[in-house]
Amino acid sequence: MTISGYLTLALILFAIGLYGALTKRNIIVVLISIELMLNAVNVNLVAFSKYGIMPSITGQVFAIFGMAIAAAEVAIGIAILIALYRNRATVNIDRINSIKDEF
Amino acid sequence: METAWIIPLFPLASFVLLLVFGKKLKESSAYVGIAMTLLSFVFAVVALVDRLQSPTYKAEAVWLTIGDVQLTAGFEINPLNALMLVVVSLVSFLVHTYSKGYMHGDDRFHIFYAYLGLFTFAMLGLVMSPNLLQTYIFWELVGLGSFLLIGFWFYKEEAKAAAKKAFIMTRIGDVGLLIGMILLFWQVGSLEYDEIFRAVEEGTLSSGMITLTALLIFIGAVGKSGQFPLHSWLPDAMEGPTPVSALIHAATMVAAGVYLVAALFPLFTASETALLTVAVIGAFTAIFAASIGLVQKDIKRVLAYSTVSQLGYMMLALGSAGYVAGVFHLTTHAFFKALLFLAAGSVIHAVATQNIEKMGGLWKKLPLTGPLFLIGTMAISGVPLLSGFFSKDEILLATWASGHTVLFWLAVIAAFFTAFYMFRLFFMVFAGESRSEVKEVKESPAVMTVPMVILGLLAIFAGYMNTPWFGTFLGDWLVEGNAALGPAHVEGPAWIMYVVTAISLAGILLAWLIYGKRSISRDWLTAKVPALYNILYNKYYVDEFYQYTVVKATFFVSRVVRFVEVYIVGGAVFLISGIVKVFSTLGSWMQNGQTQMYGAVAAVGLALLVVIYALTGGYIQW
Repeated sequence: MTISGYLTLALILFAIGLYGALTKRNIIVVLISIELMLNAVNVNLVAFSKYGIMPSITGQVFAIFGMAIAAAEVAIGIAILIALYRNRATVNIDRINSIKDEF
Repeated sequence: METAWIIPLFPLASFVLLLVFGKKLKESSAYVGIAMTLLSFVFAVVALVDRLQSPTYKAEAVWLTIGDVQLTAGFEINPLNALMLVVVSLVSFLVHTYSKGYMHGDDRFHIFYAYLGLFTFAMLGLVMSPNLLQTYIFWELVGLGSFLLIGFWFYKEEAKAAAKKAFIMTRIGDVGLLIGMILLFWQVGSLEYDEIFRAVEEGTLSSGMITLTALLIFIGAVGKSGQFPLHSWLPDAMEGPTPVSALIHAATMVAAGVYLVAALFPLFTASETALLTVAVIGAFTAIFAASIGLVQKDIKRVLAYSTVSQLGYMMLALGSAGYVAGVFHLTTHAFFKALLFLAAGSVIHAVATQNIEKMGGLWKKLPLTGPLFLIGTMAISGVPLLSGFFSKDEILLATWASGHTVLFWLAVIAAFFTAFYMFRLFFMVFAGESRSEVKEVKESPAVMTVPMVILGLLAIFAGYMNTPWFGTFLGDWLVEGNAALGPAHVEGPAWIMYVVTAISLAGILLAWLIYGKRSISRDWLTAKVPALYNILYNKYYVDEFYQYTVVKATFFVSRVVRFVEVYIVGGAVFLISGIVKVFSTLGSWMQNGQTQMYGAVAAVGLALLVVIYALTGGYIQW
C-alpha cells in the first residue's frame, strides 16, 4: 500500500501546481507552478518504476529526462521572462495581452 | 378600337411627367394635364364611334400562369365601356381645364394635376377591364387617387380626417368585393367577365352561390358609390378642392360602384334576392340622403347628399332590372352633377364661403354661373326636356315595371325632395338680397366658365340620347346583342311621367314659396317639430352612431390585441432573447483571451469527464 502515499503526494503537488498556474497573476509564480506539476509527474514515474505492476528502470530514466527538460525549459522560460520584463516592465500576466483584439 | 388601350395611358403619362418635371413647370403643369386628357377624350370618342358600327372588341394576353389557371390582362370595348370612357375622359378634361382657374396660386399646383392624372388613369383603366382582377386593381387605384385628392389640403385637420374616412370606409366595401371575387374564382375558375356570365347561364354556379357572390360584390359597390350604410364618407369628401368633388361625384369614384354592378349585371339578374337587395338599398339611400339634403347649410354638402341620393336612384334602377335606365342616369348625372359642382366652385370662388346663409343675391353678380347653376338644378330636379327628366323617368318606369310599388313611391317622394332642396339651394344662393361678407363679387375667369358652359349644354341635351319620344338610341345600342341586359326601354303607364313632373314642379313651387317669394316662413315646420330638424341636420346621427359602436368596438379590440402583442407575444420574445443573452454573456466572459481562463475551462471540463467516466464506468446508457 506504499504506492498510494506517493501517488497522493504527486496528486497534491499536481493540484497545487495546476491551481497556481491557472490563478496566479505573477508570471514567475505561474512558471514555478508549472515546475511543480512537472515534478509531481516525476514523483509518479519513479513511484510506478519501483512499486508498479511491472517494476522497471524505464520510469526512473524518464524522470531524469523530465528533470533535464525542466531545467532547459526553466532556463528558456526565465530568459523569455527577462526579455518580456525589459519590454513591458510588468510581470502581471493579465497585462501581457498585446495580441488580444480590444473591443 | 384596337388603339383604345392608349386611352388610360395619356393621364398616366401626365401623372409621371408632372411628378418628374412638375416643380419646374409650376402652373404650366396644367397644360400637360389638359393636353393629355384631351387626347384621352379624342381617342375615347374614336373608340365610341368605332363601337357604334362594329361589334365588341376584346384584346387579351396571358399575364400569369398559375398551375392550370391563366390570368389574363387586356381591355374590352363594349357599349357600356365605350360610353364610360367618353364620359370619364370628357368630365376629367373639363375638370382639368377648370382647375387651372380654380387652383391658381396654390403652392402644390403641379402635385394637384399629377394626382388628377393618376385618378383619371385609374378610372379609365377600370372601365375597360375585361376581368375582375384587373377591375379590382384599378378599383383600388381609384381609391388611392381619391384619398390623395380629398386630403390634398392635408394641413386642414378636416381634410386629413375626411381622406382617411373615405379610404377606410370604401375599404370596408372592398373586403366584400375581394371575398366575392375569390368565391367566383373558386367556383368558376376564372375571373373573366365572359367566363363568369357563361357559368351563370349554364348553371355551373348554384343559385345560392350566385346570390352570395352578387351580394358580396354589391358590398364593394355600396362602399364606393356611397350607398347606405357606407355613405357617410361621401359628404365628408367635400373637404377636398371643389374640382375634385366634381370629378369624384360625377364621373369617377362614385360611378365606379354603379359601373361595377352594371358590368356584372348578368350575375345580379340571375338572383332575385341580390336584385331586390340592390333595389331596396338604392331606394332607401335615395330618400334617406335626399331628406338630409333638405336642411344642410353648406353648398357642397347639399350637392354631396344629392349625389348620394342620385346614386341611390341608379342602384334602384339596376336593382329593378333597368340596366339601361341606370346607365343612362349615370351618364346624365355625370354631366349635370359635374356642372353643379363646378358652378358651386365658381360661387365659392366668388364669395369665399361655403355657407349658403352667407350668400344670396348672386344672380346679377354672377351672370354666367347663375344660369348655368339653374340649368344643373333644373336637370337634377327633373324639369321636363332637360337630361335628368328623361333618365329619371326611365328609372321610375323600370321600377314600376318591376312591381316594387313601395320602392316606386319612395323614389317619387325622393324626387320631390330633390326638387325642393335643389331649388332651396338655388334660391338661397342666387335670389334675394346679398348676405355676403365679400363686397366685390366677380365672375370667374373664362377658363372656369367655358367648361361649365360645355357641361351646361350637355346637361340640357344629353337626355335626347334616349327618349320615349324621339327614340331610345342609347338603350338600343347598350343592350344590342346581349339578351341578359334586359329590354332597351320599359313601357309603362303614361301617368307616371305626368305624376313625376307634377311632383317635381310641386317641389320647386314649394321651394320658391319659402325661399324665393318668402310667402311661407322658413321655419314654420322646424319650429313645430324641432326634433325632426335636428335629426335631419345631424344626418340621422349616423356618424355618431358609428363613433359609439364601430369605432369604439374597433378601439377596444385593438387595445386587447395590443395587450396581447406587447405583454404576451412581446414577453415570450423577450424571454427567449433574455435566455440567449445570459448564455452569450457567460460565453463571452469565458472567451477573454487569457490562457489561464482557457486552461481552467479545459481542466474543469476534463475533471467533469473523469467524474462522469468514474460514475458510469465509461458506458453511458440513455
